[in-house]
Amino acid sequence: MRVATDPPVDGAAEALDDSAPPAPKRGRLPFSPWHLVLAPAALLFALPLIWMVLSSFMSNAQINQFPPTIIPDSLHLDGWNTVLGDSDFPRWFLNSTIVAGVTVVSNLVFCSLAGYAFARLRFRGSTLVFLLILLTLIIPFQLTMIPTFIVMDKLGLVDTLGALIVPQLVLPLGVFLMRQFFVNLPREVEEAARIDGCSRLGVLIHVALPLAKPALATLAALTFLLMWNDLLWPLIAINSDENSTLPLGLTTFQGQHTQDFGAVMAGNVITVVPVLLAFLFAQRSFIASLSSSAVKG
Amino acid sequence: MSAEPAAPQRTFAQRILGENPSAWAFVLPAVLIIIGLSIIPIGWSLLLSFNSADLIRPAQWVGLSNYDALLKDPGIRDAVVHTIVYTVLFVPISTALGLFLALGLNRRIRFIGIYRTAFLAPFIASVAAQGVLFSFIFDERFGVANAVLDAVGLPRQGFLGDPDQALFVIALIGIWGGIGFPLVIYLAALQDVPRELVDAASVDGARRWATLRHVILPQLLPVTIFLLVWQALLSLQLFDLVYATTRGGPLDSTVVIVYYIYNQAFELFHAGYAAAVAYVVALFLILLVGAQLIYNRLRARHA
Repeated sequence: MRVATDPPVDGAAEALDDSAPPAPKRGRLPFSPWHLVLAPAALLFALPLIWMVLSSFMSNAQINQFPPTIIPDSLHLDGWNTVLGDSDFPRWFLNSTIVAGVTVVSNLVFCSLAGYAFARLRFRGSTLVFLLILLTLIIPFQLTMIPTFIVMDKLGLVDTLGALIVPQLVLPLGVFLMRQFFVNLPREVEEAARIDGCSRLGVLIHVALPLAKPALATLAALTFLLMWNDLLWPLIAINSDENSTLPLGLTTFQGQHTQDFGAVMAGNVITVVPVLLAFLFAQRSFIASLSSSAVKG
Repeated sequence: MSAEPAAPQRTFAQRILGENPSAWAFVLPAVLIIIGLSIIPIGWSLLLSFNSADLIRPAQWVGLSNYDALLKDPGIRDAVVHTIVYTVLFVPISTALGLFLALGLNRRIRFIGIYRTAFLAPFIASVAAQGVLFSFIFDERFGVANAVLDAVGLPRQGFLGDPDQALFVIALIGIWGGIGFPLVIYLAALQDVPRELVDAASVDGARRWATLRHVILPQLLPVTIFLLVWQALLSLQLFDLVYATTRGGPLDSTVVIVYYIYNQAFELFHAGYAAAVAYVVALFLILLVGAQLIYNRLRARHA
C-alpha cells in the first residue's frame, strides 16, 4: 500500500485548485462544495483541543462561572503555575521522556538486529522462533498483563521505571516491520560488501541500516507514540506519584484537583502537545507509519 | 541463496546452531524478551486461570471453577453488553466517517493540510488526555457542552454523570479520537484506485454516486474489512477512555470487559479469575483476527 501523500498543492497548483475542472456547468460556488462539509467537520474535531489550550490559561473563576467561558477575556497563568511549580508534572514529563527514549533506542537496535537476521541469515530454529513472534502479534495485552506483572514483581521492578521499560524493550511488531523491510531490500549491495570482507554486523551497520531509514523512522514513531500514550500498563506497574508517567499522572492529578480546571488543562497540554508537535513536524512520516502498520495483517 | 562461502569443515557451533551460528547473537536479545515476556505469559495465564490466586499468597489449584463462575457472573454479562454496545457504535461510525472524510480529502482542495491535521490530531493525543479533556467538556455543572445546550435552549444533560448516557458519551469521544486511523488508511487506499475512475466520477452528480458505489467502494472492500476488524479489536479492548472518564461508573454503567479484568486482577486481587476472563476474551479476539487472515488468504488465491 502506498503512503497517503498530498496531491501536489504547491503555489501554482493551488491557484488553479478549485477551478481545475474546466467550466463547471452548475458550479455556483466559487470554491469546492466539499469545503461546506470539511470545514465544519474540521472545526468540530479541532475545537476540543483548542479549548483545552485556551482553558489552561483561564482562572478557576472564569471556568467555574455560569455559563462557562468559551473565549476568555483575559489570560491567567494560575493553572500553569500550579502545574509547573507545585505538582509532579515536571517529574512525570521526565519519566515519560526516559521511558519513551530508552524504548525507542532499544527497539531501533534490537529490532534491526533481529529483523535483519530473520530476513537474511539461515540458522537453526529461525522459522520456529519467527512464527512464535508472529503469534505474539495477535495476543491481546490483557492476556499477558497478569503474568508480566508477576515477572516484574519477581525482578523487583514493580513501581520503578524499569517495569515500564523492560517489557517493551523489543516490540514483536518492530521485529516484524524490520524483517519485512530487509526481505524487500535488494541483496546485491550487501553481497558486494561481503565480498570485500565486511562482517555480517558490518554489512548491517554500514550498508543495510543507512538504506533502512524510512523503516527506522516508522519504528521510532510507533514506539514513541505507544510508550508516551500508554495508560493501562503504567497503572498496573506503578504505585507512586514519583514514578508515574504523564497519562497516569494526569488521571491521578485530575482525581485530586477536580475543581482546579485550569491546572488540569495545563497538565493535559503538557501531555498532548509534545506528541502533537512531533506529529506536525513529521506528519508524512507519521502517516507512513500508520499506513505501513496496516499492511501487517 | 546465502552468500556464505561453502566451508569444507563445519564447526561444532555450526553443527548445533545451523549455517550461521552468529545469527543467534543477532536475535538473542529480541528472542529472550519476547519469549520471556510474551510467550511464557500466554501459558502462565492459562495456568493461572485454573488457580485461585491473589498475587500475594501461593496459588491454589481449583480446576475449572473459575470458568464455571464466569458463566454465572452477572458482572461479566453486563461488561460484555457494555462492550458490545460501544463496539456496535464505534466500529461502523468511525469507519464510515473515516471513509467519507477520506473521499473529501482525496482531491486537489485548498487547506488539505489543515483539514488532515484537524482530523488526525485527536488520534495522536493520548487517550487518557482525551478522557480528561472531555470529562470537563461534559461536566454536568461547569462543562461547555451544557453551556452550548443552554445557549440554544435545549435542556441540560447529565452526560458522563448519567448512567443512561455515559456509555454513549464515551462512544462519542471514542469516535472523535478514533477516526484518524480509518481516515489515513482510506486515504492511502484511495491512492491505489486508478485516477481515471475518480476523474470519471466527477463529471456529474448521478454518475458520481454510481461510480462510487460500483467502482470505488468494491476496490476498497479489502481495506474496509481490515479496518472493521482493526476497529473492532480496539473497541473490544477499550480501557483507557473509561478509566480517564468514569472509572466504570456511574452505577457500573460503563464497566467494559478489559476494565472488568483490570478491576478483578489488580483492585480485587482475583488474579486467577481475571486470567480466566482474559482467556475467554482473547480466544474470541484471536478468532476475529483468524477470520480476517483467512479472508486475506482466500482473496489472494482468487486474485
